[in-house]
Amino acid sequence: MTTAAVGDLVSQPYKYGFVTDIETEKIAKGLSEDVVRLISSKKDEPAFLLDFRLRAYRNWLLMKEPDWAALGYPKIDYQNIIYYAAPKQREKKASLDEVDPKLLETFDKLGIPLSEQKRLSNVAVDAVFDSVSIATTYREKLAEHGVIFCSISEAVKDHPELIERYLGTVVPSNDNYFAALNAAVFSDGSFVFIPKGVDCPMELSTYFRINSGDTGQFERTLIVAEEGASVSYLEGCTAPMFDTNQLHAAVVELVVLDDASIKYSTVQNWYAGDENGVGGIYNFVTKRGQCRGARSRISWTQVETGSAITWKYPSCVLQGADSVGEFYSVALTNNCQQADTGTKMIHVGPRTRSTIVSKGISAGRSSNSYRGLVQVGPKAIGARNYSQCDSMLIGDRAAANTYPYIRSQQPDAAIEHEASTCRISADQLFYLQSRGIGFEEAVSMMVSGFCRDVFNQLPMEFAAEADKLLALKLEGSVG
Amino acid sequence: MIRPDAPLLLEICDLHASVDDQPILHGVNLSIRAGEIHAVMGRNGSGKSTLSKVLAGHPAYRVSAGSVLYRGEDLLALDPEQRARRGVFLGFQYPVEIPGVSNLEFLRVATNARRLEQGHEELDTFAFEDLVRERLELVKMDPAFLERSVNEGFSGGEKKRNEILQMALLDPLVAILDETDSGLDIDALRIVAGGVNQLASPDNATLLITHYQRLLDVITPDYVHVMAAGRILRTGGKELALELEDRGYDWVDAELAALAQAPVEVG
Ligand SMILES: Nc1ncnc2c1ncn2[C@@H]1O[C@H](COP(=O)(O)OP(=O)(O)OP(=O)(O)O)[C@@H](O)[C@H]1O
Ligand SMILES: [Mg+2]
Repeated sequence: MTTAAVGDLVSQPYKYGFVTDIETEKIAKGLSEDVVRLISSKKDEPAFLLDFRLRAYRNWLLMKEPDWAALGYPKIDYQNIIYYAAPKQREKKASLDEVDPKLLETFDKLGIPLSEQKRLSNVAVDAVFDSVSIATTYREKLAEHGVIFCSISEAVKDHPELIERYLGTVVPSNDNYFAALNAAVFSDGSFVFIPKGVDCPMELSTYFRINSGDTGQFERTLIVAEEGASVSYLEGCTAPMFDTNQLHAAVVELVVLDDASIKYSTVQNWYAGDENGVGGIYNFVTKRGQCRGARSRISWTQVETGSAITWKYPSCVLQGADSVGEFYSVALTNNCQQADTGTKMIHVGPRTRSTIVSKGISAGRSSNSYRGLVQVGPKAIGARNYSQCDSMLIGDRAAANTYPYIRSQQPDAAIEHEASTCRISADQLFYLQSRGIGFEEAVSMMVSGFCRDVFNQLPMEFAAEADKLLALKLEGSVG
Repeated sequence: MIRPDAPLLLEICDLHASVDDQPILHGVNLSIRAGEIHAVMGRNGSGKSTLSKVLAGHPAYRVSAGSVLYRGEDLLALDPEQRARRGVFLGFQYPVEIPGVSNLEFLRVATNARRLEQGHEELDTFAFEDLVRERLELVKMDPAFLERSVNEGFSGGEKKRNEILQMALLDPLVAILDETDSGLDIDALRIVAGGVNQLASPDNATLLITHYQRLLDVITPDYVHVMAAGRILRTGGKELALELEDRGYDWVDAELAALAQAPVEVG
């Protein structure tokens, strides 16, 4: 062999596949009403929350797992999952110095330094390890501006009135099978509250780390931006490599009042399974935002690179007049990964506008589907939507599908949809290589060119990361 | 310019290569010294582009026998990008389009990869802009082409000029130009040929693949080779091209038939 055929390049192993050896408190496997009560009592929750959980659980029992997505996976045994796991440390620590050094080390290794001196400047981080939040940085500084950023468990204790007012109002506990499951057993997640008129002084971010092998992760995030408030929030995720599949069923709710805006970015890098499709996270996530106020705005940006299965449709309900919803997505699948992802833009109020830009990249034997709904209600006079769905195929065994649904009850709504498919060819890569550009850089140039519209939406610090992440994920996939 | 004592840049020896298990090259022999300009001609399908891609390292082509030395070093052991960085340049017969990748950025990354190998320092965006603008002059290209994606939507002739622009930036020691003249209008042909002439020096060499004497009227070759059925059938001076223009390639069949009857199988 004279030149390394591109397909022979060894795939880079998943960088975050290590397991932290730490004592964990776990409850027994299985799900029942008792388990739901146990979780609630472990967290010492008020009655309204236990009620919320029980209602959800009872609903869930009556519901059916959805089967409409273009996804194939063996039946999930919900009795074979642990619904609560927490690293053993007494209470959430007041100061980082008291946090188990092994946990700090874990986050260091993930590139998320939590200790004071090394913190990402101007980014506050909530670190969630298995079922619980272990640290939230910059809380005091944020509190000076009236911004609340803490774990949802703490918010339940410290701000029960806010939780009771907003929790489950965007994604009701019986919304869908996975949302109901989450509402019954959710363990932790982040809570953000930006009061009236405040422009959050720093980037907020939550980092989710799954560590245990047999544990499901069910976090719940709630972000509220009051009138005229604005915030940019980023979520990142990784997990160790196990040869079994783990369930992740999260819920994210956003509430935006008049003239307020939330920019929500995700860089999802859960373990995707090996090249034969063994192991990896099953990611069933419900994310929805409500533009309740006039001229409010929600922007979802997601870079989905991990998980064996992705089932995720970050959505916007555009109620307020002149409100704006945006969805920018890059979904990359390689090897045997399957992704069915997209968005829903529900136009309720007059002159509401939405933009959808979806870039799907499929390599290996993976399958990547965009599924999107644009719905325009009878009162949404002058509503407008623009959708663009592009697919990039790498190799000839990968699949890409686009399922755009449009339902309009407004004859004058302007709805535009564009779609395209392209393929990275061996000849294009050879062209770049024959100009002295290395294989990986060549792939990364082409992929980042393809994703530019989406990466431009990411907070600056993360855009370069996203570029590198994609190149890494694609190593060895072209040939 | 032929100088028998000039250093050997490229020595192709009994090169056999196939693509998709289909043997195409059946023993190519060719040596190129610094300062020389070689022209390779031959019928469609005779293996000219195959030779050029094998030299550049296209992964689809498998070398089954023979060797290629580049400045005394085993060229075939190098990745395509290493070959390019060390000074081997292929101007493609059909340059591909690369949507989404900015031409300017592409040219800068490529130029810097070569410069690092040469021991020069990398150029930042500003220094590179200056350099590229100066080199654009050589091919009389509109700077607007820098802002577009690599070759995307370029006309046939514009793509060829972009190839010569790359050559001008990469400063190769061996430039293989595969039908760079095809698809060019008369003015463009003169501009491109003028560019190639300007870039030629006693230190580098050019291998021109062409079908037409009109290119060789402007760029005078030191050697003309005729390729047929995957090997070089005949080599001569610049007058061989004129002879071909006159006689066409019918004589090739007779020579190939004679070869086939030779006691030693060549292929
Ligand atoms: N993938 C392939 N499978 C089989 N045969 C191939 C393949 N690729 C090229 N060939 C054949 O190899 C032969 C040489 O092709 P090549 O492109 O090198 O010719 P050329 O001399 O450059 O011709 P032209 O003057 O038309 O450019 C042709 O007969 C061509 O059909
Ligand atoms: Mg050719």
